[in-house]
Amino acid sequence: MAVIPKKTPMPTQDAKVRAHNFSEVATGYTVEMAVGEAARCLNCKNKPCVSGCPVNIDIPGFISKIKDGDFEGAYRTISVYSSLPAVCGRVCPQESQCESKCTLGIKFEPVGIGRLERFVADMHNASGSGKTVRPAPNGHKVAVVGSGPSGLTCAGDLAKKGYSVSVFEALHTAGGVLVYGIPEFRLPKAIVAKEVETLKELGVEIDTNVVIGKTLTVDELFDAGYEAVFIGSGAGLPNFMNIPGESLKGVYSANEFLTRSNLMKAFRDKSDTPIMKGGKVAIVGGGNVAMDAARTALRLGAEHVYIVYRRSMAELPARKEEVEHAEEEGIDFRLLCNPVEILGYDNPEDRRDPKNGCVTGIKCIKMELGEPDERGRRSPVPIPGSEFVLDVDTVIMSIGTSPNPLIKSTVRGLDVNRRGGIIVDESGLTSREGIYAGGDAVTGASTVISAMGAGKIAAKAIDEYITNK
Amino acid sequence: MYKIVEKRELNSTVTFMSIEAPLVAKKAEPGQFIILRVDADGERIPLTIAGYDRTVGTVDIIFQIVGATTMKLNAKKEGEFIEDFVGPLGNKTETDGVKKACIVGGGVGCAIAYPVAKKLHDLGCKVTSVIGFRNSDLVILEKEFAAASDRLYKMSDDGSWGEKGVVTAPLKAMLEAGEKFDVVIAIGPVIMMKFVTETTRPFGQKTVVSMNPIMIDGTGMCGGCRLTVHEDGKAVTKFACVDGPDFDAFTVDFDEAMMRGRMYADFEAHAREEECNLLKAEVK
Repeated sequence: MAVIPKKTPMPTQDAKVRAHNFSEVATGYTVEMAVGEAARCLNCKNKPCVSGCPVNIDIPGFISKIKDGDFEGAYRTISVYSSLPAVCGRVCPQESQCESKCTLGIKFEPVGIGRLERFVADMHNASGSGKTVRPAPNGHKVAVVGSGPSGLTCAGDLAKKGYSVSVFEALHTAGGVLVYGIPEFRLPKAIVAKEVETLKELGVEIDTNVVIGKTLTVDELFDAGYEAVFIGSGAGLPNFMNIPGESLKGVYSANEFLTRSNLMKAFRDKSDTPIMKGGKVAIVGGGNVAMDAARTALRLGAEHVYIVYRRSMAELPARKEEVEHAEEEGIDFRLLCNPVEILGYDNPEDRRDPKNGCVTGIKCIKMELGEPDERGRRSPVPIPGSEFVLDVDTVIMSIGTSPNPLIKSTVRGLDVNRRGGIIVDESGLTSREGIYAGGDAVTGASTVISAMGAGKIAAKAIDEYITNK
Repeated sequence: MYKIVEKRELNSTVTFMSIEAPLVAKKAEPGQFIILRVDADGERIPLTIAGYDRTVGTVDIIFQIVGATTMKLNAKKEGEFIEDFVGPLGNKTETDGVKKACIVGGGVGCAIAYPVAKKLHDLGCKVTSVIGFRNSDLVILEKEFAAASDRLYKMSDDGSWGEKGVVTAPLKAMLEAGEKFDVVIAIGPVIMMKFVTETTRPFGQKTVVSMNPIMIDGTGMCGGCRLTVHEDGKAVTKFACVDGPDFDAFTVDFDEAMMRGRMYADFEAHAREEECNLLKAEVK
């Protein structure tokens, strides 16, 4: 049988339509599409794709079940490895993970593994079949700090082993970056809520409005009878460039902009939470968060949205599909450009003019790529005298975050690195016995799946630690 | 859900509420704040802790009815519940080693200044309080301040209560008379804190201000509460939620903080009007 060279395309909302709504961009495979795409898998013996997955899902295993039309069986296969398949199928950077290792990908396009994973999870969620079975309790208590991808994964894996797990979340809703960061059009919040519900059915307790390091400390958790603590407190304070004008009205961190829209629902007409809408918007940065902010601004009614990134398209760190979608929607990529100043309105005649201090533009300098650095990445160098101004009303800084400062300042003997990330060994163990950590709190801003991988590894280590105590 | 165990009107625009939140009450200290949401679709607003009772498990808040959310909060009755209440956030006001302090409170800022004055007074510190309001109708916590202060200056803009004048007048008189404090703590509108700072700066009088910028998560994630401070001649970005809310007054860029505080002035005015109309409709 001849191999079909290209992936079955993912059906999407038309770019012109979706640029003005918050419904999901990709609408998902039909049964025919999924079975057809699954048939492209060569089911090769050495399974290179599995090694490309941070949680080592048996990819050929679940795909062959799709071929047979056993979608629930495929779901069960994925569930052994992943607690959040509907999330990962949507937000994993498959092109640099599983799909990058696909044998088919050597000559043709790789199998659409992410799309198939999403299909399987959506089929399961739609059918409502397979009520979660709560395992018999093993009498041990574990606390998880933060309900983002690493915390939820760690909690899920431990609950499946019979641990009584409490997850402490600082915000009012569980999900961490999945609810405050990733927008509705890329990851519907109903899906996150569904995955959280599944964990609750497993017996995981979720306590919202509890800030560990403030409301309770990690040491108090041990006093309360928890035998181990996993810290997945996530990315912390947003970075700024320290250029003039970053405090002007209309300058946001991507975290703030996205939190207002996603968590606080500022995208809805009747929301109590304000957000700057419309006008011209510049996003500084080239990661997934920058793409999310740009496309959110567009959907909130911006007339023109720029992405300002200091390297070229080839170095853009965002997931490929997000960049393609952003381009289709009309986001204007200004590559090899770096901001040097944000300009604001100033009326010297009237100090009370409400427009004073509002953003009017962003001054950038053109860049060229210089010699490769020690990591092989060509660093951008400014071209003298090439400054220019983009007229904008809003600037969103999306240049990464530093780990949350609240935990490290309240846990005695917890070692952190120069950047504030918690130091852990390969099992996720910190410098304190019984305290494990993973996700952005350790690595700084990274991906959902690598956080999940860390949560998974730590869950295994916590189980071994408590069993051998 | 968090129960409103007590509600009192302090004046026509300022309300006192005591909220059942045992975990927060256990840790709360003067200077810290909480974040609440009135209902499931509400915005998150920060309010500084006005008091707490660790044994009963309650935390007190005092708020001015200024926007849509505080209007909604004020519409809640004693015995009813609010959706979310999280804290205590931020750092407590530093009281270690303070033997003589001057507390300056302006308007509803007095609600935050009072627990600081009380704590210092309870610790045996000599407390001078200077509190100011626009007029006699807006006065809150007069008795409480009197009990927590060794000396109390009462000021009003129109002279309808205490002395006519601004809070900086008695402060300046004291400093000019050669008085020194371990610390002056100013809490109130940003413009007042700026003028207090301008009053104490020439005397090199250590001054601390409590900043209350726009905030969302309150845990060091969103960066909305940033302000600029000048340290060793360098402008540094700080976050009120984790670095503050108290700051060394001589370092703070107050003009920028005032400008940022007005970011959503239009939205707020509009939302307040809509909420008023809604509440009016409900009354009918």
